[in-house]
Amino acid sequence: MMRNLLPVLTIVATLLALWYAAAVALNAQWERDQAARAGETLTLPALITDTWSQDKPKLPAPHQVAVEIWNTTGAMVLEGRGFSKRSLFYHSWITFSATALGFVLGTALGVALAIGIVYNRTMDMSVMPWVIASQTIPILAIAPMIIVVLNAVGISGLLPKAMISMYLSFFPVVVGMVKGLRSPTPMQLDQMRTWNASASQTFWRLRLPSSLPYLFTSLKVGMAASLVGAIVGELPTGAVAGLGARLLAGSYYGQTIQIWSALIMAATLAAVLVGLIGLIQRITLKRMGMA
Amino acid sequence: MSSNTVISARDLSLTFQTGDGPVHALKDVSLEVEKGDFVSFIGPSGCGKTTFLRCMADLEHPTGGSLTVNGASAEEARKSRAYGYVFQAAGLYPWRTIGGNIRLPLEIMGYARDDQEARVKRVLELVDLAGFERKYPWQLSGGMQQRASIARALAFDADLLLMDEPFGALDEIVRDHLNEQLLHLWDRTNKTICFVTHSIPEAVYLSTKIVVMSPRPGRITDVIESTLPRVRPLDIRETPEFLDIAHRVREGLRAGHSDDL
Repeated sequence: MMRNLLPVLTIVATLLALWYAAAVALNAQWERDQAARAGETLTLPALITDTWSQDKPKLPAPHQVAVEIWNTTGAMVLEGRGFSKRSLFYHSWITFSATALGFVLGTALGVALAIGIVYNRTMDMSVMPWVIASQTIPILAIAPMIIVVLNAVGISGLLPKAMISMYLSFFPVVVGMVKGLRSPTPMQLDQMRTWNASASQTFWRLRLPSSLPYLFTSLKVGMAASLVGAIVGELPTGAVAGLGARLLAGSYYGQTIQIWSALIMAATLAAVLVGLIGLIQRITLKRMGMA
Repeated sequence: MSSNTVISARDLSLTFQTGDGPVHALKDVSLEVEKGDFVSFIGPSGCGKTTFLRCMADLEHPTGGSLTVNGASAEEARKSRAYGYVFQAAGLYPWRTIGGNIRLPLEIMGYARDDQEARVKRVLELVDLAGFERKYPWQLSGGMQQRASIARALAFDADLLLMDEPFGALDEIVRDHLNEQLLHLWDRTNKTICFVTHSIPEAVYLSTKIVVMSPRPGRITDVIESTLPRVRPLDIRETPEFLDIAHRVREGLRAGHSDDL
């Protein structure tokens, strides 16, 4: 891990440098307009420091985003207002709960469909095209429909967003699990036949353990898709809570720093969740002899 | 057909319908295997020896003739777990220990927990792997894995052992050692063994009966009753008697090929 640290830090440093440079470039026009209006000339050092501290920059500088994040997370926790409605922790929690629920539902649905496809010839021949077609419909178009329909039936709040997350996360799980459940070799399946094992015994003792590497890979993709679904689900409802809501609110009021802070928070949330699955994957597969 | 007959095949045929036309994997194969026999099937690839073994195991379904195992159909034999099958690759599950792998058929067949432990211990001793219960397959060499696979086939006390080129992937030295062990095991347990190979010395060394087969269509060219004694040290492979039988096997193989030449 230490071996990876230096290259990773180098890349992060490069990205930050590029970010700062881009901030100067994108925010410079506004500075020049201001200077022209006030009849002053703009020196380069002044240009640079000013572009990095605008109130509503086109591209916020990294330190501006960092300060905003701190103000809405750490500082609020220190004041005891960690879960107030303006705290990013609160919004992250809202998005996370929809993500988690949608992820669990999507995984369950994906595994169920995969088992059906592997064990039932009719499903094998008919389900996959529908599953693929379902993913080609733009989620941004469906999400409002799902929320409106579910609200009309009286289901609101967490569940509609979780439904959208489920919709996006079940697909990688189906694809991965079908491949995984079919991964035992014909020889291993013949071996099971010579012991006259039932279909259920073959499933629990051979197919399911063999499919775990494929499952974990699918779970990582599914988790990321689930987060996207939760954020997309927060956009149509007139943006009340959650990271998606925060993104939307920021764009309504031109608060670019707010947008970026929500963005970075969402990315961090995704990294943590996928990393968590990766950790579980490594531990489990190691105990199974890299099954 | 005496009550001592374990396997009886009469005019057994298996034709695969392929895109290129029918493939006669087996044509009119007739054979009787008595209890306690060690029968080797030898022939070039495509002669039907593996197909014949798989028919006995109910992994393939013949298209003609009849086949009985223990007096009943092959399917009933499979359902009553009357045989142990050893494949060319060990096929051990990496997520189970050696003990866990051997316990797998026992779990499937519903043996009690203590019974399972006792059986695992016993068969590991039989194949000279005592004490390896807690090890994982990746910690064992190829030869040891194959021995574990044989132990697994012995665990549920089937009287019939079907082995499909089990030592084919191993080097000569390990092979010799395992041949010796297998013969010793056969002597101790008195099982009936059907063994597919394409090594002539292995076939002659191990068997009481050698079945020479040839391809296109898959058929039996010769059945040789071995005159070698039941107890055989490895040196017996240099005796004139051994070489005579090997010569006869070679003649049988050549005869099967004569239509190609």
